[in-house]
Amino acid sequence: MATNYQDFLSKIKEQIPEVDPTEVEAILQSDDPSAVVVDVREQQEWDESHIPGAKHVPRGYLEQRIGRAAPDLDQRVILYCQSGNRSAIAAKTLIDELGYTNVESMNGGITLWKQRNFPITIPFQYSDAQRIRYSRHMLLPEVGPGGQQRLLESKVLLLGAGGLGAPVALYLAAAGVGKIGIVDDDVVDASNLQRQVIHSTETIGEPKVESAKRTIEKLNPDVDVVTYNTRINADNIMEIIEGYDVIVDGVDNFPTRYLLNDATVRLQIPVVSASILAFDGQLTVFKPYEGPCYRCLYPVPPPAELAPSCGENGVLGVLPGTMGLLQATEVLKLILGIGEPLVGRLMLYDALAEEFTNLKIRRDPNCPICSREPDEISEDELGVFPDYEAFCGGVVTG
Amino acid sequence: MATVKIPPVLRASTDGEKEISAAGASVGDVLRSVTESYPDTSGQIFGPDGDLNRYVNVYLNNEDVRVLEGLDTVVEDADTVMILPAMAGGAG
Repeated sequence: MATNYQDFLSKIKEQIPEVDPTEVEAILQSDDPSAVVVDVREQQEWDESHIPGAKHVPRGYLEQRIGRAAPDLDQRVILYCQSGNRSAIAAKTLIDELGYTNVESMNGGITLWKQRNFPITIPFQYSDAQRIRYSRHMLLPEVGPGGQQRLLESKVLLLGAGGLGAPVALYLAAAGVGKIGIVDDDVVDASNLQRQVIHSTETIGEPKVESAKRTIEKLNPDVDVVTYNTRINADNIMEIIEGYDVIVDGVDNFPTRYLLNDATVRLQIPVVSASILAFDGQLTVFKPYEGPCYRCLYPVPPPAELAPSCGENGVLGVLPGTMGLLQATEVLKLILGIGEPLVGRLMLYDALAEEFTNLKIRRDPNCPICSREPDEISEDELGVFPDYEAFCGGVVTG
Repeated sequence: MATVKIPPVLRASTDGEKEISAAGASVGDVLRSVTESYPDTSGQIFGPDGDLNRYVNVYLNNEDVRVLEGLDTVVEDADTVMILPAMAGGAG
């Protein structure tokens, strides 16, 4: 039987509960909001303005993505759109098709919300130069203005401005990552220039962090570069890494790897980790509590005499470029929340065979670190394992 | 025979070989076959108790053998066994 839109909408509104914007505002103001508020409008509408504290699930992706915003079928979910119509239809879908038991639609939508002068998140204002610079990102629906804003507001810490750190820093800067921290206490050496493309003949002898900062600033003035001309150790790690969204790790020694692992599990910061040797590379993303941590994979390090890579090794100059760009790709995916990050998988790259292999890696339910809650991990425990000092002295090299 | 992939850090112990064909009905048998051919790998793969060193992971067709049947996991001829010790291999 044919029906017009108004009849259809009236029928739906009779069947789903509605909530007034004033009540929603009170919920969002509370310290522990009793409901999750979801904006079901299109990306462009969300990017123009939205209610602070709301999550975004466009109606076209409602069934696929609502589970991420509201994982519990019995939790209170409040949907809104521009005027309260699309959210009513979406609410009916959640109740009838997906089994949600406590869904409401906000009457009047964001239009009524604004009329009552409730707060909205002001859209990010791009300059003309930024619109041009990031235009190829803006054209991708998976990035768009909202995603580019996330990149510009993101903070990424690079451990090392060497072979891996160089390409990562360049491409994250080009992508518009707003704050890039770089930890390295080395100076640029002529032997670095075969692969560390962020440095140059002119900057030989300069601290790597300063050389990298100058190159990044020439590439993209939007980026705030924070330099740490030091080595990561147990005394400074918490102070340095706290507040960063993602850490890029090319650490070459076991003490620092365990220290970094434990500290990032405690602070719940994902680490995009790579290592390289000669013609081979490894890459994974350690995302605390979603995938395994480094200790799940290797609860103990090899004895010092079997530990590779404490000394200098040869490496094909392009290899850190390949692996670094794969790291940068994972960083962007994590910030943008797109794709399938390399969590729970270890990727191996053999440049000579031109072969990629993905291995499954799993959480260890008995892991000494990530089987516990973050606040149960004390500072004294960070990076502790037998023979801590027997290894290469806790050095982060470039 | 199964194919055993040797990681870069162990190749000094296998005369530079990246892939070795090794006979055996189980993962343990295949690895012991590797250590018989290349004795220098033994101390890096097995602990004194004959079990895998905890800093070495072994994968059968991309799955960790510890979530399968460990060294007793059955190996077929077409299978690939990958040895992967912990590597903190340089930032370059």
